[in-house]
Amino acid sequence: MTDFLYSIFVGPFADMIALPDFLMQVLWEGFVAGVLYALIALGFVLIFKASGVFNFAQGIMVVFSGLTLVGLYELGVPAFMALIITLGVMYVLAFSVERFVLRKLVNQPDIILFMATIGLTNILIGLGQWIFGGETKTMITEQLWLPTGSSVWEPNGGLVIFQHIDIAATVIAVLMIVGLGFFFSYTKVGRALRAVADDHQASLSVGISLNQIWVIVWFAAGIVALVTGIMWGARSDVSFSLQIIALKALPVLVLGGFTSIPGAIVGGLIIGIGEKIFEIYWGPLFGSGVEGWFAYVIALIFLLFRPQGLFGDKIIERV
Amino acid sequence: MFYREAGQYNTTYEQDLQAFPIKQDKIGIAIWLVLAYLFVPFFGIPGLEYGFAMNAIMIPVLIFTITTIGLNILVGFTGQISLGTGAFMGVGAYACYKLTSYFPDTNIIILILASGFVSAIVGALFGLPSLRIKGFYLVVATLAAQFFLEWCFIRVGWLYNYNPSGAIEVPQREVLGWIVTGASAEPMTRYLVVLSILVFLAIIAGNLTRGRIGRSWMMIRDMDIAAELIGVRPLTAKLSAFAVSSYFIGVSGALMVFMWLGAAEVESFDVNHSFLYLFMVILGGLGSITGSFMGAAFIWTFPIILKELGKSWFGINATVMENVSLVAIGVMIVVILIAEPHGMARLWQIVKQKLRIWPFPH
Amino acid sequence: MSTAETFITPDGRTIGAVMMEMKNITLRFGGVVAIQDISFDIREGEIRAIIGPNGAGKSSMLNVINGFYHPQEGEVWFRGAKRPSMKPYQIAKQGIARTFQNIALFKGMTTVENVMTGRQLMMKKSFLWQMLRVGPAMTEEVEHRRRCEEIIDFLEIQHIRKEPVGSLPYGLQKRVELARALAMEPKLLLLDEPMAGMNVEEKEDMSRFILDVNDQYGTTIALIEHDMSVVMDLADRVVCLDYGKMLADGTPSEVQKNQAVIDAYLGVEH
Repeated sequence: MTDFLYSIFVGPFADMIALPDFLMQVLWEGFVAGVLYALIALGFVLIFKASGVFNFAQGIMVVFSGLTLVGLYELGVPAFMALIITLGVMYVLAFSVERFVLRKLVNQPDIILFMATIGLTNILIGLGQWIFGGETKTMITEQLWLPTGSSVWEPNGGLVIFQHIDIAATVIAVLMIVGLGFFFSYTKVGRALRAVADDHQASLSVGISLNQIWVIVWFAAGIVALVTGIMWGARSDVSFSLQIIALKALPVLVLGGFTSIPGAIVGGLIIGIGEKIFEIYWGPLFGSGVEGWFAYVIALIFLLFRPQGLFGDKIIERV
Repeated sequence: MFYREAGQYNTTYEQDLQAFPIKQDKIGIAIWLVLAYLFVPFFGIPGLEYGFAMNAIMIPVLIFTITTIGLNILVGFTGQISLGTGAFMGVGAYACYKLTSYFPDTNIIILILASGFVSAIVGALFGLPSLRIKGFYLVVATLAAQFFLEWCFIRVGWLYNYNPSGAIEVPQREVLGWIVTGASAEPMTRYLVVLSILVFLAIIAGNLTRGRIGRSWMMIRDMDIAAELIGVRPLTAKLSAFAVSSYFIGVSGALMVFMWLGAAEVESFDVNHSFLYLFMVILGGLGSITGSFMGAAFIWTFPIILKELGKSWFGINATVMENVSLVAIGVMIVVILIAEPHGMARLWQIVKQKLRIWPFPH
Repeated sequence: MSTAETFITPDGRTIGAVMMEMKNITLRFGGVVAIQDISFDIREGEIRAIIGPNGAGKSSMLNVINGFYHPQEGEVWFRGAKRPSMKPYQIAKQGIARTFQNIALFKGMTTVENVMTGRQLMMKKSFLWQMLRVGPAMTEEVEHRRRCEEIIDFLEIQHIRKEPVGSLPYGLQKRVELARALAMEPKLLLLDEPMAGMNVEEKEDMSRFILDVNDQYGTTIALIEHDMSVVMDLADRVVCLDYGKMLADGTPSEVQKNQAVIDAYLGVEH
């Protein structure tokens, strides 16, 4: 019994201290994974804020955009041309979703809209496999001038490896979040967007076109998805199993709150780092694979104590 | 014309409270039952090879109808969305497997019905967060159940008796001298067992949803605050919905492995299956038992039909048709949500309405 | 006025002893004070009106009475006993029913099902019987259905009995909501703006129903209403709130003459 308690409460920490460079490595891996979770969550938040839709298809949008990019390249389209065409595809997707789904479901209960996005997920899976095939593809990292290879850092005789693509992913993610922040704060469209997020009816009455805003937001989420798809694809190939991993954005949102961009980032990092640490240091106790559920269980426990998320406001119910 | 209730008066409340107060509906149900019990077991589906009709269509459709009814109780009647259906089926299946190894001599049908209670308990446990959280947050809670349970099915060796393949394999069992499970069980026997359990459970679901308990579920679904102010205890209403729903789902999971697959690994209970069952509920009709039959039958047979048609008429290979059916089902989900959120059940009602006045347009 | 005595109103109606007493209720949401130190009582068999401008705290008061909000300070006394902190469903069990300002019907259900929901608390047959839906469960269902049909007749909504309530016009929805509350056979019925958004004819109907309910079932009624002519006609006693504070409490004619009330409604000259 004491052995067991030791292996839970003391052992893992002793391991951490014994090999600090390994701990660094784990933290870094978790951090990068967290950045990518945060990016997927960001796509969710954008759409949720502007249209109140809980877009279950965000995960498959990541896969779909990555797949389109690689698929086009494999068909002989030059890499950057393929990137532009993929952006075009994401715009068409945003436009069609607004025109054929959202517009028709205005004023329906949230749960109906949510289920519609599950339907959308099915459509995108089918289309993606139909057009580009279901097999795993390699991301065209070098062709997009993204760095490959790695650097080694040796603090006090230890060894920490930084993949260059991970560093690039972090930088690009930060740039994109800052860019989105500027876009929302300082442009006309951004202001309109925030107005819509606050109150649909009121923004309609001051002449903001909801339909237009929705297209923009879905397109923005599409761009975020594409970037995520490229980065994730570069780290571990483009495949449909990514869609399941992308679901981890949901616990991230639970931690961060559904409407908060900073929340998405902080939540993403907590989940990313937390699950890596747990998997590496506590995982062996349970048999490996705890990464699969750790995020959800943390979210579940968190929900019981703080249902509104880290950054959300307490909800006062009215009748 | 064909479907006219004129002249059929309900003179007592008992008559008005029946499941099918209209005579034509009663006849319709009787015809279905006769077909299901007296025609299908002997002749299968006309035009299809008997084994294929039973093993690939009838048995899975009946099993998934139970799943769909169960999920519908939660999603359609109580308004609590769940993406953990696959895993709860797994709980039923593994529970039944453990029960058969502990009680090898007990009637297998009793064990299958008993294994539902295990998944009911697990379901209620994972339903606990629904008391504090709503809507999308609950989706996350049910996903937690899904992934955690999936992990248990792999990591907890005790669940599959430390079988090196990690799979559970169904032993042979007899009931009244008939072999009902295992490799040598006849499709007809398995079909009849599944059918009877479905009929039994569907009646119970119908009864529950029309009475006090069903009303408390629907009250929570439609307006939970008002429900509480009127005197519904959210704890009882929500947890009972989770428990009953999971019972149905658990029984269907046990049936799936014992009466259909014969052996199962964790893949049979993954999150993609959870989506599939949710589609059955949505397409069939939220909050409709009849719809659950339609949804399960449609979602299951549609890809099979499409595949066959693609192969025999256009020579398209099966993988492509599989993707086409994915897209088609996705489109249908969206269209049905836009056009008629109550699904095929509601469409059927509209058809009946038309039949009532046929051949006149109004 | 002591709490036990009964008295006769100027209209000649006999009002019973105190049924519910609110003692120094204060309710805050964060920094916002919705109700500040308010005390009043509701007596058996009376029609008690709560009036006041928008944002006066009337709806919050009803929410305190039926336990949806919990006041930070003050006590609620019900039938001579201090009420402990209770969940709304427990309070419903004590015999307090209500209708809502923004109709809160169960939109996916028909009229008769909605009214049946009012009987939930009285239906006792166990899960097992519910599953079988024969014998005692069926008898119970039929018996309560009969009671609901009486109320449906009483409120003249037989023709929409099997319609889904979501598609009904506003006035009828209000009536179905009243029917649902009545089905609970409440001792105290809270009505939150029962006549909001109605035309004169519908208001007359609704007033008639309220008086009939009070008369025939002897139900005590507390209602919020903006239409002063309705309040003056219906109510035995009126309490007037403004910005969460008590302005006046008394018979309609007393309140009508009260200077603070006139100021609150018409504005004060500065």
